[in-house]
Amino acid sequence: MDPSRKRVIRLTVALSAALLLATALVYVSFSAGRDELTASQLLHRARPGGQYILAGTVLDGSVHQNGATLLFSVRDPKLHVAVPVRYTGIVPDPFREGRAVLVNVTDEHGTFIGQQNSLTTKCPSKYQAASGSYN
Amino acid sequence: MALLGRTLLLLGLAISLYGIGASLYGARARRPDWVASGRRAVYALAGVMVFAFVLLEIAFQRNDFSFNVVAQTSSTTLSTFYKLTAPWSSQAGSLLLWVLLLSLWSSLVLFLTRRRLREIAPYATAVLMGLASFFGALACFAANPFATAASAPPQGNGLDPLLQHPSMMFHPPMLYSGYTLMSIPFAFGVGALLSGRLGSEWIRDTRRFALAAWLFLGIGIILGARWSYTELGWGGYWGWDAVENAALMPWLCITAFIHSIQIQEKRGMLKVWNVSLILLSGTLAIFGTFLVRSGVLDSIHAFGASTLGVPFVCLLAAMMVGSIVLVLRRRELLRSEHRLDSLLSREAMFLLQNLVLVAMVFVIFWITLFPLISEAITGTKVSVGPPAFTPFVVPLALILVLLTGVGPMISWRRVTAANLRRNFTFPVAAGLLTLACVLAFTGAGAKPLAVAMFALGGFVLGSVLQELARGTAARRAITGDAWPLAFGALVRRNRRRYGGYTVHAGIAVLLIGVAASSSFQHSRDVVLRPGQAATVDGYRITYVRPTEAATASKIEFGAVLAVSKGGRHVTTVSTNRGYYPDTNPNDGVIGRFFSGEADSTVGLDAGLTKDIWTVINTGGLTPLQGLINKGDRYFGAALSSAMSKLATLGPSQQRAALGQFWQARDLAVAGLARRFVTHPWPVEFLLIVSPLVTWIWIGAIIIVSGGLIALWPAPALARRRSAAVVPARLAREPV
Repeated sequence: MDPSRKRVIRLTVALSAALLLATALVYVSFSAGRDELTASQLLHRARPGGQYILAGTVLDGSVHQNGATLLFSVRDPKLHVAVPVRYTGIVPDPFREGRAVLVNVTDEHGTFIGQQNSLTTKCPSKYQAASGSYN
Repeated sequence: MALLGRTLLLLGLAISLYGIGASLYGARARRPDWVASGRRAVYALAGVMVFAFVLLEIAFQRNDFSFNVVAQTSSTTLSTFYKLTAPWSSQAGSLLLWVLLLSLWSSLVLFLTRRRLREIAPYATAVLMGLASFFGALACFAANPFATAASAPPQGNGLDPLLQHPSMMFHPPMLYSGYTLMSIPFAFGVGALLSGRLGSEWIRDTRRFALAAWLFLGIGIILGARWSYTELGWGGYWGWDAVENAALMPWLCITAFIHSIQIQEKRGMLKVWNVSLILLSGTLAIFGTFLVRSGVLDSIHAFGASTLGVPFVCLLAAMMVGSIVLVLRRRELLRSEHRLDSLLSREAMFLLQNLVLVAMVFVIFWITLFPLISEAITGTKVSVGPPAFTPFVVPLALILVLLTGVGPMISWRRVTAANLRRNFTFPVAAGLLTLACVLAFTGAGAKPLAVAMFALGGFVLGSVLQELARGTAARRAITGDAWPLAFGALVRRNRRRYGGYTVHAGIAVLLIGVAASSSFQHSRDVVLRPGQAATVDGYRITYVRPTEAATASKIEFGAVLAVSKGGRHVTTVSTNRGYYPDTNPNDGVIGRFFSGEADSTVGLDAGLTKDIWTVINTGGLTPLQGLINKGDRYFGAALSSAMSKLATLGPSQQRAALGQFWQARDLAVAGLARRFVTHPWPVEFLLIVSPLVTWIWIGAIIIVSGGLIALWPAPALARRRSAAVVPARLAREPV
């Protein structure tokens, strides 16, 4: 076969594979992704049975342990709104009031249940002011 | 001291800016004296940064809390070891470390190449000093490690307990060394493009720095994984966290470069690939630094929101646009000397490996940044969790392992049937034997991808063993040495090749460990009282007894667990959760001991075939809360009363009175802690049994060993022989 034709075929195959990979990646990203919402966005958009990622700061004074269930509220970074969460599973060591957290939640008819072992806490920055209260 | 530190930073910035100007002027005006002056500026910068960093370390050792970084990350109770590491736990201190390491590595490479690469080196110097200026400016104006407070607090906040781990001494310096070393081949790549000297010379002289970058970054990544496994209480070693991915992407890219340059050296091919890979690696190293420091993505590692995002975006844009423009401008000089003769050839395998590694980088980049991409497109941040990586990374990793075995054995230009028979029979047999054993003696058949990784791992190990055996046998045939001597001489005389084979073996072992531990792990979350047990993967894990320990700096609640199988005792593990006193003055006298930072000590029994891992979650200490509140009320009132009486007492009497008070408080705290043992409540345990985790760490040690072998300078005679090849090749290259 003519070498230049070989190169064209190889290039076509490579580009097709790249396109296939990119398409699969885009599809998986949008279909498997979950909305990462603040407290105010969650209250506005949540639907029963829906699964979301709640991002925010643990509200001061909101952390309580009820047996194996951890109860806490996640406040919105900008608005005076907080969402209560019921969570079971491993609690990361840095978890505290005033810390930034991410937790996967399911809306069970207005109650937000944290998915087991989905709670992550951001490593505290010494340059961030404590923001767990509404002030 | 703060003034001296700030002055040194400004001096360093001025030297960096001078170095850029002197080098560029020297290159354009063909003035070797200005070029030499630019190079000496790099040495001067290194000296200034060493001085500045030592100053900062002294501030930490002396507990000088007038420095903000010292007050925020250290304390008088911190050990000397962790005071040494605390500087790089902060944004400002780590920036200073970045500039220090960049200046030291730059000094080394410019010293080693001072009589070579005369057209390229000045541009490389300018690029390195440009990066140093950028980070130096950040340290001077955005996150100054020598910033001071109006009044020094009497005590510092202390170091985050999670960072009080031996890996903290090595993990960040290894990562930063890797990132800064990537700047070296990046800078010389830019220099080669700017000067038009695109032969193999610049690659030959900077190849070792690329390999060193790969090695240091790899060590940093493995140390991070090890720290995650043994320190963080989630039981894993890799979570596809944004910051983990930020280190992995440039590492994959430079892995591709290290392999691909062999094709350019041997056959003058893949020049565009090589220069693109090194520019991409350097850019991704800066991108990784940006991800950690800007707070744009949620990560457990990130320093949090900062003002550094915009400057980094500008730098990244300049690097990307500049790289693309340079490569396009010089594309004629980057034409390959030869064409690909066959898809079944070593050249084709290396090209395919490049494609696979770049595809991996693209997948990781896309999924990591998808929250930002989706927000830009749809207005909503959409996160894709770690499971999204698996469908892409696993198949690509399998192809990569296959190529790891095939690449070194397949012939150049075009494979022949004889080559296939001679080189592939044994490794293929090893792979098939591994497959048969796994299917026959384990229940792994249910996980075909894991089984495929085991079989390919066997294939790679077989290929490495074959190459080592053949090389040693050939050496013995010539010299008559015994096997060990012949083997040692073989490796010494071709460190690059056999170091590479060692790395390949390590990769196979590591990925076998990853496949086994991720596919066949058993875990359970259980709540147990003392005496109760749970079963995980056939192991009966019994909560034997609670433990506690109380000191002024930490309270620990823990558990001793006995592990048995088939009625036979296997091991005993201990885990605990520690609470550090809070510095918040609003917390109660007693409550502050239970409301500060917490850390977990994992209970781990590691073995060659299985790890038994456990961590305790004491559940927020609710059973103690009533007593803690009572203690806060009592001691709060007592303290108020004592403070009002102190005014009437002399200094020594005040000390005695307060001493008695604190002693009573400490007894109360110890008594509360003791209740975990005397009145234990149900606690939660995460119990994990994972196979072959230890193979990951063994594989990493083999990889590092191979990297060190490859990096080690060759004996003088071999260097002269290889050096003679380069002038001959250069004579054929266009001027």
